[in-house]
Amino acid sequence: MFNIQEAKRNGQTVLKLAGELTIYSASEAKTGLAKYSDKKSPQELDLSGIEEIDTAGVQVLLWAKREAAGRKRPITLVNHSAAVIDALDLLKVTSLFGDPILIVPSGK
Amino acid sequence: MDLDKAKQTFIIEAQELLGAMEEALLTVEGQADQAEAVNAMFRAVHTIKGSAGLFGLDGIVHFSHTVESVMDRVRSHQLSLSSALVSLVLECHDHLSQMIADLQGGDPEPPASREVGQGLVNRLLPFLEGKGVEAGSAAPVVSRQTSKVPESEQGSWHISARFGADVLRNGMDPLSFIRFLGTLGTIIHMAPFVDGLPGGEAFDPETCYYGFELDLETDADRQTIEDVFEFVREDSRIRIIPPHSKVEEYIQLIRDLPEEERLLGETLVAGGSITAKDLEECLQRQKQESYEGGSVQGRLLGTILIEDQAVPPPVVAAALDKQKKFQERQAHELKVVKVQADKLDKLVDLVGELVIAGATAKVLAGQTRDDRMMESTAIINNLVEAIRDTALGLRMVQIGETFNRFRRIVRDVSKELGKSIDLEIHGAETELDKSIVEKLSDPLMHIVRNSIDHGIEPLEIRKARGKPDAGTLSLNASHESGSILIEVSDDGGGLNRSKILAKAMERGLISAGSAPSDQEVCNLIFEPGFSTADSVSNLSGRGVGMDVVRRNIDELRGNIEIETEEGLGTNIRIRLPLTLAIIDGFRVGVNHASYVVPLDMVIECLDLGPFLESEENHLINLRGEVLPFLRLREVFRINEEPPQRERVVVVQYGETRAGLVVDKLLGEFQAVIKPLGGLFRQIRGIGGSTILGSGEVALILDVPQLVQLATEQKHAPLKRLPALPVIG
Repeated sequence: MFNIQEAKRNGQTVLKLAGELTIYSASEAKTGLAKYSDKKSPQELDLSGIEEIDTAGVQVLLWAKREAAGRKRPITLVNHSAAVIDALDLLKVTSLFGDPILIVPSGK
Repeated sequence: MDLDKAKQTFIIEAQELLGAMEEALLTVEGQADQAEAVNAMFRAVHTIKGSAGLFGLDGIVHFSHTVESVMDRVRSHQLSLSSALVSLVLECHDHLSQMIADLQGGDPEPPASREVGQGLVNRLLPFLEGKGVEAGSAAPVVSRQTSKVPESEQGSWHISARFGADVLRNGMDPLSFIRFLGTLGTIIHMAPFVDGLPGGEAFDPETCYYGFELDLETDADRQTIEDVFEFVREDSRIRIIPPHSKVEEYIQLIRDLPEEERLLGETLVAGGSITAKDLEECLQRQKQESYEGGSVQGRLLGTILIEDQAVPPPVVAAALDKQKKFQERQAHELKVVKVQADKLDKLVDLVGELVIAGATAKVLAGQTRDDRMMESTAIINNLVEAIRDTALGLRMVQIGETFNRFRRIVRDVSKELGKSIDLEIHGAETELDKSIVEKLSDPLMHIVRNSIDHGIEPLEIRKARGKPDAGTLSLNASHESGSILIEVSDDGGGLNRSKILAKAMERGLISAGSAPSDQEVCNLIFEPGFSTADSVSNLSGRGVGMDVVRRNIDELRGNIEIETEEGLGTNIRIRLPLTLAIIDGFRVGVNHASYVVPLDMVIECLDLGPFLESEENHLINLRGEVLPFLRLREVFRINEEPPQRERVVVVQYGETRAGLVVDKLLGEFQAVIKPLGGLFRQIRGIGGSTILGSGEVALILDVPQLVQLATEQKHAPLKRLPALPVIG
């Protein structure tokens, strides 16, 4: 299950992505993110709710990041979940996003 | 498949391999570069093991596995090839030969053989220590591709992956590949590749745009790494480049591959430097390119592999080298056809008949006085002659193989006697008739053993005589006017004249007080039961042997002479006819009968008159050289009146010349030698018979005996030959 929830934080649009961002939901994610490509475009993508992510999911995130950069309205990925950190690390794409990742002690 | 036939092939192959192995074993000591010989031994054992496995010959497989393991350690320089090890492996070789012989005899693995085998295996085991190989539990097939390589050879593999667009859709995830690679080893460096990811609407979230370059440090082999990508290979571009240390290893592997016809790609796959998948893909690409380029052939496979970086150039070069070597070898092998000896004999027999029939046709054609007929028979005769030479040539084998057998004997015997002996072989490429070679082996063996045992002195005596510590035994073969000369010489003590004389008198072979010539003394050792050895060893000295040697040589129509110098050495010379079946002859007439002299021995023909030196002493003067002559008329007791002009045929045997006085010179003639019946064996001067074109029988003269007779008669009154029975 994948969903996107819009939220406001400090007057900025934050999109909270949650659930499984995988090949099965990649299309949905793309469509969902594309909706925010206009003036309402968000400044942050909150990834704390991502339980599972695969290469397709990472690609969607990368696409969104690049699209936003292209529109001169950059977005920042925040609150990476463990699954996201793991995937970005394995694919060695962390630096492509350039977003600071807060490393949460694994022991919680 | 006819299993019996296949087994026969295996036996022959195994025997050949064992021959090669023995030769390698005997030459390996003292060689600076032993790699070639060691490889040869390893290959022999390895191949025998493999083939034996096919036939379920567990005994041979088991035994050869242990030997192979030891050889493998030698090959990889974990073990040095000491003299003791060579001797042990030689014993193993003998045991393997025995096992093969038992197999041929239809009784594979008699219990006694198994015991010998187990004994040898037990002695081999110490050489395997530290290797951790359970030699007792033989694994019939050792996979060349080991899944683990030694720690030291680790290096980092470079993997370049560009995944196909549909990879994600097909349920595959590059993530999991990377995760799995992580379990094989350590990813020491990795760079993602996502440049292909498009912006805007063009982005298809279900298409894979991801790729990576990574360096993986692992001890897994290529196949293992490749298997990771097994399901995505089809539409992805995966390149796996081996670490540098692997390059060496691949080259080595490729060189060590068994020699077979292989395509370049196959060689690389077998060597493990590419996998079958890589090859398939490159071949596909090659096809594709040639199609697109419209050329007949696209880039060469090697080029594609190198350019696409699948294989480092040196590896391709090694594989190509291997391919070329094999092609050369195969080209050579194709030139050799194995033929059953009896088929060859049959052919030679038939050619013999053809020669006789051809001669008859020639005579008849001559009688017709029809030019065209004569011309055509002349052509046929030329062809027959060519066929004869070729057919006889087929039976010619190099004597080298026989000589090489002595390396082993010299080695074994000299070890047993505690003497150090070098064997020198010259003229191994000299060819002679196979049947002669076979019959020569035994006499040579006796002579060689005698030389080692009695000839070459023990070390102390050699030192005292100021000779080098190691004795030298040399085997020489060469051609000499129509015969072949085989010499066995040693630098030993020589024959002891006084000792032989004393022994001969004791046995009553010569009368006391007589003064025989050196040659006569030497010949005494050929008398049956003659031995001067102070002690009887199990090698020689029983006085059985030299008489057998002479008998064997006589049977071959050859002769044997000894030249010896006390304290300096002995040289034994054996002269043998080149072939036994058909000779080029020179026909001469005495009275109404024809005789044939082997043409090779004829030097020239003269009129007797002008050259006669002394009728009384039977001497002619050939331009200053005085030669003895023999009247065949007298030798064969033909009492008719001689013609006005007598002719002399000057013949040479060995280094001696003599003249044979005849009535007529009748020209060259191809003589098919027919053996004389037992009744005529004792007649000296006659070597055989042949059939002339006219159907008449002609006798072939035994020139060596006649020359000897002529020489003897120079000193003594003519000895009459026994009366010749009438033939035909």
